Amino acid sequence: MLRYTIRRLIQLVGVVLVLSLLLFAWMRLLPGGPVSALLGERATPESRAALTKQLGLDQPIIVQYFKFLGRAATGDFGVSTGVQPGDSALEIFLQRFPATIELSFFAIVIAIAIGVPLGYLAAKRRGGWFDNFSVIGSLIGVAVPVFFLAYVLKDAASVGLGLPSQGRQGDINATRVTGFFTLDGILTGEWDATLDALEHLILPSIALATIPFAVIFRITRAAVLDVLDEDFVRTAEAKGLTAQLIRRRHVLRNAMLPVVTTIGLQTGALLSGAVLTEKVFSIPGVGQALAIGFERRDYPVLLLLIIMATIVYVVVNLLVDLSYALIDPRIRTR
Amino acid sequence: MTLGVSKKEKIDDLAESAGVSLAASAWKRLRRSPVFLIGAVIIGIFIVVSLLSPWLAPHNPSDPMLIDQVVKARNEIPPPQPGHPLGGDLQGRDFLSRLLVGSQQTLIVGVGATLIGLTGGLILGTLAGALGGWVDSTVMRLVDVMLSLPSLLLAFSIAAMFAKPSQFTVILAVAIVQIPVFARLLRGSMLAQRHSDHVLAATALGVKKGAIVFRHMLPNSLSPVIVQSTLVLATAIIEAAALSFLGLGNPDDRIPEWGQMLGDVQNVFDTHPHLAAYPAICIIIVALGFTLMGETLREALDPKNRR
Repeated sequence: MLRYTIRRLIQLVGVVLVLSLLLFAWMRLLPGGPVSALLGERATPESRAALTKQLGLDQPIIVQYFKFLGRAATGDFGVSTGVQPGDSALEIFLQRFPATIELSFFAIVIAIAIGVPLGYLAAKRRGGWFDNFSVIGSLIGVAVPVFFLAYVLKDAASVGLGLPSQGRQGDINATRVTGFFTLDGILTGEWDATLDALEHLILPSIALATIPFAVIFRITRAAVLDVLDEDFVRTAEAKGLTAQLIRRRHVLRNAMLPVVTTIGLQTGALLSGAVLTEKVFSIPGVGQALAIGFERRDYPVLLLLIIMATIVYVVVNLLVDLSYALIDPRIRTR
Repeated sequence: MTLGVSKKEKIDDLAESAGVSLAASAWKRLRRSPVFLIGAVIIGIFIVVSLLSPWLAPHNPSDPMLIDQVVKARNEIPPPQPGHPLGGDLQGRDFLSRLLVGSQQTLIVGVGATLIGLTGGLILGTLAGALGGWVDSTVMRLVDVMLSLPSLLLAFSIAAMFAKPSQFTVILAVAIVQIPVFARLLRGSMLAQRHSDHVLAATALGVKKGAIVFRHMLPNSLSPVIVQSTLVLATAIIEAAALSFLGLGNPDDRIPEWGQMLGDVQNVFDTHPHLAAYPAICIIIVALGFTLMGETLREALDPKNRR
C-alpha cells in the first residue's frame, strides 16, 4: 500500500515535470507573449528589446526552463501580467484557490447526493417510466453547455427566487480565517456570514453540478444493474435477508467501486466547468483567473494554475485509487 | 444418400444461425430501439438542414439588412417582423437565416474535430497496440500526461497558441483533446486481442504482421472507437461553444456557427436572451441526438447484451 502510494507520487512528479516543460515551451510559442502584454502593441523596438533582455527571454528555452524551475523551487512563479498585474502568480493562486475548492466541493456533494440515490432507484425500476425519464434527463444534462445553463440559472433566480445572482466577492465584512467563506463563518461563530456565503453558492454549484451529476447517475445505474444480476444477491434474497440489508451490504457496497472511480475522474470536469461557471457568476476563484488569463494572455499565471489543476486532478485520483482498499477488502490483500 | 443430404442441410442451418455477426445482430437490435430512432431522426434532420441551408435560408446570413433598426444606445435590435420571423441580431442580420446556415459550420466543427481526433488516436493507438515495447510505453506516457490535464483546459491552452484564431484552430483544439482518449481505447482493445485464438491462428498460418494488425486486430477493435466517435460529435460542438465563450473562438462571424453565436452574445444575455437561447437549444438538441445514438450503439455493440 505504502509502496504503491510512493510509486504513484513519483509518477506524479514525472508528469508534472514533463507537463511543465511542455507548458513552458507552449508559453514561449504563444503569440504576443509577455513583452507585448506588458508594453502594449505600440512599444518601440528598443524598449521591447530591453524588456526581453530583462525578463531573460533572449536565452535558449531550455536555459529559461531550468532557471524557471530553480525559481519555482523557491515559490517564485513569476509576476502576473494580466489577471492582477504586479501580483505574484503564487499569491493569486493562494488567494483564489479556496473559492474554487468551496464551489467544486458543493457541486460534487450535490451531484453525489442526487446522482447516487437516483441511479439506484432507476436501476431498481429498470425499464419503468421513472428509469426512462431520468436516463433521458441525464442525457440532456450532458448536452447543455455549462455556461448557458449558468446564465439561465443566474437570470431565472435573480428574478424568480430572489437568490443572489453573483458569487460572494472578496469584500465580505466578516472575519477571515481560512479563506473559505462558509468555513470561516462556522469557525468564528458568525452564522449570518456562513448563511450568506451558502446563499451565494447555491446557483453556481447547481450549474457546475449538472455534468458530474449526469455522469454519476448513469454509472451508478449501470453498476447497480450489474450487481443486481449477481448470484450473491439472489442468495441473499433466498436466505431471507431484509431488502434494506441487501441494499446496504451487498448491492451498494459492490456497486460503489466504479462510482467512486467516476467521482474521481469528475474532478477534471469540475475544474474545467469552474472556469466557465466562475466567469458567469464572477466568483473570484482560480477558474475566473484562468478565464481572464486566457483572455489577456497572462502566461505566468496560466502556467502555474494549469500545473496546479493537474496536480489536484492527479492527487484526487490517487486518493480515489487508495480508497478502493477501504471499499473492497479483496483489494487490500493484494 | 438421403441421410447425407439432410445432414448437410442441418449443418448449413447451424452455420447460418451461428454466423450472425456482431454488427448484424447489433443493427437488428438498434432498428427496434425507439431511443436510437429518435437520435437518428434528429441527426438526419440536422444533416439535411445543414446541407440544404444555403437554399433554405431566406436571406444572406452576413448581410446587415436591418442595421437601421439597431439602436446601440437604447440597446435595441430588430424585432420579429414579416420576412424576418425571428428578427435580427446585434448587427442587424436576419437571425433565422443565421441559425439555419449556422448548422453547416456546426456540422463541420463536429465532424472535423471527430475525424482529426479519430485519425490521431487511430495512428497512436495502433502503433502502441501493434508494436508494444518502448513504442507502447512512450506513446502511453504521452497519453497519460495529456489525460492528466482537465480536457477543457487542454483545449483552451491549444486554442490560445494561435495568433489568429479561426474555425480551423477551434476544430484543432477540440480534436487534439480527443486523441489520447481514442488512442487509449484502441490500444486497450488491441492488447486484449494479441493473445486471442484468432490472432494466434493467423500467426501460426504465417500471415504477415502487418496483415494481422490491419485485417484481424484493427477491425475487431473498432466498436468502442465507433461508439466514442458518436459521443465526441456531441462534446466537440459543446466544447467549441465554450471556446467561443472564453474569447478563443473564431472571430470571423460572417459565416455563423452555433457555438460562436452563443459565445458571442454573452454580454447581452440579460437584455436579449433569445439571441443565446435559440443557438443553445439547437446545440442541445443536436448534442442529445448524437448522445442518444452513441449510447444505444454502445449497448447494442456490447457482446453481453447479445441473445
